[in-house]
Amino acid sequence: MGSLIDLKGYGWSILVEGTALTVEVALASLALSVILGILGAAAKLSGRRVLMGIATFYTTLIRSVPDLVLMLLLFFGGQTLINWAAPKFGYEDYIDIDPFMAGVLVIGFMFGAYMTESFRGALIAIPRGQIEAARAYGMSPLLLFRRITLPQMIRLALPSFGNNWMVLLKTTALVSVIGLDDMVHRAGSAAGATRQPFTFYLVVAVDYLVLTTISVLVLNWLARRYDRGYARRSP
Amino acid sequence: MDGGTLQASILQFFDYQVIIDNWQLYLSGVFVTLQLTALSLILGFVLAVPMSIMLTSRKPWVWMPVWLYVYCFRGTPLLIQLFLLYYGAGQFAFIREGFLWPFLREAWFCAIIAMGLNTAAYQAEIFRGAIATTPRGEIEAARAFGMSPFRLYSRIILPSSFRRALPAYVNEVIFSLQSTSLASLVTLIDITGAARIVNSRYYTPYEAFLSAAVLYLVITFVIIWLAGGLERRWNVHLARPTS
Repeated sequence: MGSLIDLKGYGWSILVEGTALTVEVALASLALSVILGILGAAAKLSGRRVLMGIATFYTTLIRSVPDLVLMLLLFFGGQTLINWAAPKFGYEDYIDIDPFMAGVLVIGFMFGAYMTESFRGALIAIPRGQIEAARAYGMSPLLLFRRITLPQMIRLALPSFGNNWMVLLKTTALVSVIGLDDMVHRAGSAAGATRQPFTFYLVVAVDYLVLTTISVLVLNWLARRYDRGYARRSP
Repeated sequence: MDGGTLQASILQFFDYQVIIDNWQLYLSGVFVTLQLTALSLILGFVLAVPMSIMLTSRKPWVWMPVWLYVYCFRGTPLLIQLFLLYYGAGQFAFIREGFLWPFLREAWFCAIIAMGLNTAAYQAEIFRGAIATTPRGEIEAARAFGMSPFRLYSRIILPSSFRRALPAYVNEVIFSLQSTSLASLVTLIDITGAARIVNSRYYTPYEAFLSAAVLYLVITFVIIWLAGGLERRWNVHLARPTS
């Protein structure tokens, strides 16, 4: 049992630095996915055929292709595209994509599609009458969004937003495949050097479990906060 | 640069010959993907049905171990679960000397076990939700008929729950199909594995991975189409009358 817990000096590297990198990738991707999700939901509800078509193509494609395939396509494909295009604009050196940037762009782009669906569902669930009433009061579109739409959208989108976040967090494990030195990658190196793969992958598993547990607690707290004023229906 | 050279460069950009030359690799990849999906789903289903029944129990010693299992498998990435089994099992001498080692040494076997255990946790949650929403009247009527608990489950609760669980279950089938792509990271040559080989051999990422994406897309649509047919058959009594 002693050898199972002994991390042979890799503890700090995996548990602190690796976890920090994983959380950074996750939060940066979340920010990108929320921006894309708002744009996507706005496009789907815009009523303009071209915008709706692009948004539908985006969400359908992303949701029917595995994460790993998308990640490899966008990482290797992006690298090829940049190095194919750059000389045509007079840039001659070989360009290497930074794995952190690539990971954030890929995960953010993927979960933008899931966020689009969450936000679209929340927006259409807000009663029309409230928006008409706010307009009748003479609210500007910005004030209407800030006072009427946004607070309710957050409440309605929170359950599926939380679900997306949990899946996103676990998807960050894939960035180790494109070479980012996150906790999975560090655990892999430590496993190779010490010949104790079980120990180090178990550490990573527990680490993820702690992160998802913290997420559940925060999301439940947020849900209680935004549900204030809405009586829970008794079963 | 002018329009003519741009068009020519875009045409050069795609090289379909690479895919035509490697169609057999992709085809065998499709078989591996379908095999992994089907076998892990079957394993998951066999585990999930008793687990979902245990989850609806009122006794803590019955539902708590299953709840913990579901919590751990849903709270950690499948990639880590797969690595733990495939790379991790060999760390222990008693496993290396045990009778299961000839299987645990094989990536194919480990992938099916890891994916089966993983999808079992998600399927158990789906079935638990469906069992919990069984109309009380159906259960009371079955009890009034004097059915034993086994009959009650096998004739009333489970069939009616499976019908209600179908839409969520189809989603889980599609998620399982997609998660089999991780098998390519433990040396298996499924669709993604074939694409990775083609990419590393010819350095043609678009041709390699877009072909893989199209194959997954086609399989996904076939699953949705089959599920639609199944849903119409099973839930014929729930269909809304069309005008």
